[in-house]
Amino acid sequence: MATFLGIDYPTWWFLVVGALFSGYAILDGFDLGAGALHLFFKEEEDRRIALNAVGPVWDGNEVWLVIGGGALFAGFPVLYASMFSAMYIPFMLFLAFLIFRAVSIEFRSKEPMKWWRNMWDISYSVSSIAMALLLGVVVGNILWGIKLGPNYEFQGSWLEFLNPYSLLVGITAVALFTMHGAIYLAMKTEGKLFAKVKNLLKQSMILFIVTYSLVTLYTLIYLPHLTDRLHENVALFVVPLLAFLSIANIPRLVSKSKFVMAFIFSALTMSFLLILVAVELYPTIIMSTIDPIYDITVYNAASSEKSLRFMLQITAIGGPLVILYTVFVYRTFWGKVKLDETSY
Amino acid sequence: MDVEILSRIQFAFTVSFHYIYPPLSIGLGLLMVLMEGMYLRTGNKLYEELTRFWTKIFAVTFGLGVATGIVMEFEFGTNWATYSRYVGDVFGSALAAEGIFAFALESGFLGVLLFGWNRVKPIVHFIATLGVWIGSMFSAVWIVVANSWQQTPAGFQIVGEGMNARAEITDFWAMVFNPSSVDRILHVWIGALIAGAFLVLSVHAYYLLKGRYIEHSQKAFKIALSVLIFTSLLQLVTGHSSAEGVAENQPAKLAAFEGHYNQTDQAHLYLFGWVDQDNQKVYGPYVPGGLSFLLYGNFDTPVKGLNDFPADEIPTAVNAVFQFYHLMVAFGLFFIGLSLFSAFLWWRGKLFQYRWLLWVFVVSVILPQLANQFGWFAAEMGRQPWVVYGLLRTSDALSATVTANQVLFSLIMFTAIYALLFALFLYLLNKKIQAGPFDESGTEQRPLQESIAGVINPKTN
Ligand code: HDD
Ligand code: HEM
Ligand code: HEM
Repeated sequence: MATFLGIDYPTWWFLVVGALFSGYAILDGFDLGAGALHLFFKEEEDRRIALNAVGPVWDGNEVWLVIGGGALFAGFPVLYASMFSAMYIPFMLFLAFLIFRAVSIEFRSKEPMKWWRNMWDISYSVSSIAMALLLGVVVGNILWGIKLGPNYEFQGSWLEFLNPYSLLVGITAVALFTMHGAIYLAMKTEGKLFAKVKNLLKQSMILFIVTYSLVTLYTLIYLPHLTDRLHENVALFVVPLLAFLSIANIPRLVSKSKFVMAFIFSALTMSFLLILVAVELYPTIIMSTIDPIYDITVYNAASSEKSLRFMLQITAIGGPLVILYTVFVYRTFWGKVKLDETSY
Repeated sequence: MDVEILSRIQFAFTVSFHYIYPPLSIGLGLLMVLMEGMYLRTGNKLYEELTRFWTKIFAVTFGLGVATGIVMEFEFGTNWATYSRYVGDVFGSALAAEGIFAFALESGFLGVLLFGWNRVKPIVHFIATLGVWIGSMFSAVWIVVANSWQQTPAGFQIVGEGMNARAEITDFWAMVFNPSSVDRILHVWIGALIAGAFLVLSVHAYYLLKGRYIEHSQKAFKIALSVLIFTSLLQLVTGHSSAEGVAENQPAKLAAFEGHYNQTDQAHLYLFGWVDQDNQKVYGPYVPGGLSFLLYGNFDTPVKGLNDFPADEIPTAVNAVFQFYHLMVAFGLFFIGLSLFSAFLWWRGKLFQYRWLLWVFVVSVILPQLANQFGWFAAEMGRQPWVVYGLLRTSDALSATVTANQVLFSLIMFTAIYALLFALFLYLLNKKIQAGPFDESGTEQRPLQESIAGVINPKTN
């Protein structure tokens, strides 16, 4: 198989998709987290500030999901088809909440009535939490494996996605995003609201650390195959170690009020956790719980080499452009939120 | 109902709903660029107020376009798994390119466009507006390329057999520039610009009728009318070119467009009509041999009819395809007539003198929307029974594991959500239009405005 810099093309594309989904988790993660915390703010003014903290950027952040989905479709069509049709209901629900989140942000400020705003606030917050939960559930199912049979078609029943392990991963994802969002809000707020955010941040850190520990324990006990790879190659232990260190670093930085650094470390945490998932599975992406011959791997799911190579070129050109205007937008809106007539 | 029918209904419904908004965003994008460009050139505050006003409406159409877009991307995987495996190699790259080159550009600059008025210099803001518009034009490119590849596949080879068969790219650029891409991109673009122009025309015609924002509305109306004059004429050209392409690449579809059954019959061009599918006849006024003439430049060249194809390779809903196609063309011709007539009045300095004409513009806003929808319906239903023309049948493209109940659930869910969204959309649109570009009571007296209002709207003054 042809390689580039010693790595074959399906693996390159696996890295690209991984990077896109990390980008999505880091960026939309803080929007979802801010959304999850929304109802804890009681004053209208506070809610507006919290909303406008993500206002100019959430849409651009969501694009990472669109690109990640496109990249998955293009690079691993077999995976795209099997995974999405296997988890039909969770994906449909995810779409519903995604729509509701978007329109809640859009519509909330369009009427002054209290009931109107409360209604959209609730819809916004519930949708954000549900999206985070469903994303986590999907990751949980990927870790656990699903009932794949011949042709990599799913053979199980539609309710199987709701297993305890996946739910736990889902709750952990909610906790992680909430903490991440709280750090982001801490960077964007001041005064009394800031004090409130800081308080919420502390609680969400505790929640995350507890749920994360539970998931780790559960994994060690019930999913030994995942840690096998780490045992085979001890050097890989550096990944969970890094994840652990960066998690431990967050409370330290928060207590010193270094929020930008804390944000960077919670972003790193997300990347390390996803890398951990990747090294535990690679080259498999989804395990078949029926028979390993039906495992979906980066090789049997991949598109042709020609098309992968071409898309890597596209990514090499497009990627820096995306980063360029992402930086531009964040710079434009850097600093504490100030409401003006264009705000939500 | 079985999974196939439900999935087809769901896809058609969700994509049609999506397609209400992008054309408006693309079309408004151009008009905002023009308005803001005028502001930078002339420094006239009025253009800035117009731009800001339309930005607010744009935000609503854009937001709904984004919210409804991801649905179909996911549906490819959830509902059309076999199709996704089959086309992923070729089709996926177009979708990925769309994300990277178009959506990221669009959504990145959108933040600056909507919230950056007080934060960046006017020229930077203008660049953001331009970026959003160009991004939206590019979004249309890639998705239409992908769809065109389904209509006229090129640049690929088939690898594997049965359930494992799939198309692999052999030549990326041949895939991108497949025989129908260019025609269809142009046609879709212009259809979108027409939709945006009509929205602006409609709203400002309404203000003129009500005697509000006279000065603003006359300026905006003229900008949008200029766009409409160009685009409505161009649409005939790109549509004709599309039709020639269909005749060459998808002859069965073309035969369905005109309800043409037998090659031996002279190929008529119907103005409108009704296809009696059982007796294979069309009733309606026609130009004898007109179809031959349009395609080949003479009235006698035979055109392949539906009976020249195997019965299981032609669309079943011939009458529907015929109707959608003819309505689109009829609307297109109406736009040409309307814009040329208005151009004539403009030239004679009488553009704003006829209230009935303004009313025509107010209500016509729905027509480009219908033309856009009907165009897609004709193109997509005419493609049946193929998902990938000549290669993969729609009935073979489904997800094997998804059940009818699951699809029914999601279909009901989307119907409910979209009904709500649509109601909110209309409500907010109306509210924004009623509120207008600025609070009239709050601004200084506008003597010019009042005197003009007196001229064209004697009743209210
Ligand atoms: C890139 C792909 C793509 C794009 C850009 C579009 N479609 Fe499409 N369409 C499909 C890909 C597709 C499909 C996935 O291939 C379907 C599903 C079932 C089928 O036969 O084709 C389909 C079916 C389909 C049907 C049902 C036809 C039938 O079952 O008889 C309708 C009415 C539309 N579409 C309408 C639209 C509209 C209004 C679009 C404008 C936005 C549109 N399509 C863009
Ligand atoms: C099956 C077909 C389609 C799919 C899968 C699709 C996918 C998407 C997605 C995922 C988004 C959201 C992007 C974001 O988050 O920013 C979107 C928005 C958009 N789509 Fe589509 N789309 C389809 C059809 C079309 C067509 C035919 C056009 C052509 C005009 C189009 C033009 C746009 C535009 C301009 C936007 C930006 C939002 C807006 O302006 O309203 N889409 N689409
Ligand atoms: C003026 C006369 C027109 C002609 C002769 C014409 C012709 C055509 C043809 C032949 C197709 C099918 C292309 C295919 O299946 O590959 C088509 C599709 C379409 N038309 Fe038109 N059209 C006209 C006006 C319009 C207008 C005014 C609009 C909208 C404002 C419009 C919007 C569309 C759309 C959105 C499609 C589907 C996309 C595509 O297949 O290109 N058309 N048109």
